[in-house]
Amino acid sequence: MSQGDGAHGRRIEGLLRDAAPRVLGVLVRRYGEFDECEDAVQEALLAASQQWPATGVPDNPRAWLVTVASRRLTDQVRSNIARRRREEAVATMAGGDQLVAPAADDPILDRDDTLTVLLLCCHPSLPPPSQAALTLRAVGGLTTAEIARAYFVPEATMAQRISRAKQRIKADGARFETPGDPELSERMRVVMQVLYLIFNEGYTATSGTALARADLTREAMRLVRTVHELRPDDGEAAGLLALMLLTDARRPARTGPSGELVPLAEQNRGLWDGDAMAAGLALLAETLPHGPVGPYQVQAAIAAVHAEAPHADNTDWPQILSLYDLLAVLAPNPMVTLNRVVALAMVFGPRAGLDELSALDEDPQLAGHHRIDAVRAHLLDMAGDAAAARHAYEAAARKTTSVPERRYLLARAARLATD
Amino acid sequence: MKYLLMIYMNDDVFESLSEAERNAIFAGHEQFMPKIRESGEFVGTAALSNPTQSKTVRVRDGVTSATDGPYIETKEYLAGYYAVDCESLDRAIELAAMIPDAGLTAIEVRPVMDESGLEI
Repeated sequence: MSQGDGAHGRRIEGLLRDAAPRVLGVLVRRYGEFDECEDAVQEALLAASQQWPATGVPDNPRAWLVTVASRRLTDQVRSNIARRRREEAVATMAGGDQLVAPAADDPILDRDDTLTVLLLCCHPSLPPPSQAALTLRAVGGLTTAEIARAYFVPEATMAQRISRAKQRIKADGARFETPGDPELSERMRVVMQVLYLIFNEGYTATSGTALARADLTREAMRLVRTVHELRPDDGEAAGLLALMLLTDARRPARTGPSGELVPLAEQNRGLWDGDAMAAGLALLAETLPHGPVGPYQVQAAIAAVHAEAPHADNTDWPQILSLYDLLAVLAPNPMVTLNRVVALAMVFGPRAGLDELSALDEDPQLAGHHRIDAVRAHLLDMAGDAAAARHAYEAAARKTTSVPERRYLLARAARLATD
Repeated sequence: MKYLLMIYMNDDVFESLSEAERNAIFAGHEQFMPKIRESGEFVGTAALSNPTQSKTVRVRDGVTSATDGPYIETKEYLAGYYAVDCESLDRAIELAAMIPDAGLTAIEVRPVMDESGLEI
């Protein structure tokens, strides 16, 4: 493929992904039936990606997509009617003739229902993997095959998951509308969770699988950016975007030449993406003064403290500790608890951290988790207790279900053995 | 989270069943498959031949050898697996319990390692 074709192809892909939820919004507003409309839009996107590279992008791409998707929907309705006629020998539904495409100047085309589509895909009645899959397809415009590839499951399995999710939404009687507060804030919280989950699926990928998953990070960031643009006053949307920018900026430094994980303290900070860091810092600085401060803004603030340290030794740990104290109140979870222990140890010394850690052994959410052994190992290592640290690194390595983490933990253990 | 549901088999136990009982096991697998396909949890499956058909391959000093065996000490051996992608360990256990062999021998449930990892 020549470079021109590549850029052209990418332009079409970008256009289609932006258009996907808006076209879907138009169809659902006209015809109802989210499930069928979503299938029709997916087919229209496919037709566009096949035809546009040859025929050129139409003057009004969204109108083109709405027309083609409406036709698909008409065909579908007609074939459903034909099937029902065959099955029941009775026509139970009026003909699909009312399904005509809007004119290109129809004001409905200018309406942006992206947020409504996103809220529906992240419906609280769905389990998180289904929310993510449906969001990637209906809002992100990805094909089922692309999503299946990113999650390492057969395409038929992913198709089934998406189809079940749509049935579940329908069965739940979810309406295609943006709720008012306080429901909206609660629903937005779920949307953020889903987008952060998609981001992390991509971000945490290492060498073996990074290529298949990098798209997830990019897509999650694009969607958060869209939410931020649609809801500029939502501090948490801005906070999440800043967090993603600051986190993703470290990506070039987080793995070594043979795909091994490099801990934050040992990363070559010269490899961090300065532009992304600056964008994240600027966005956070703009957002924080407006309050109220939510968990994503606090996590972004922690990432910002790391970003502002030219070297790991210059990290403002007291500042990080006070941010984790705040996070433990706003959004307590086991990972926050453990990260807070690390920050505490960096401020008051490893023994203080180890004391805090022994109190957590009783915590049912953390008991037996490899991260508690990994943090203990790290703190024992800091305290100079090589034998105990090595033992704890090995215990963590046996418990983790992550290949790169096991590799890292075993490397730390081995380093202590040779010292 | 992906799990491997490993089916253990014991020839003595299986051969002692009546034909009807054995057929019920096969029918149980026929019912289990569409269930995990329909739920969107299916990743893969395979049934393995009896270990009498196994070869063991070793490479030593660049030389490959393939010998019969291994001759296992225990009566129970790996006879097949289902790979599933499900929400939790509890759900994986629930799925394992639906496999008919769970009522006869045992199913081992083990998480599949992930290529993703978080730096510390």
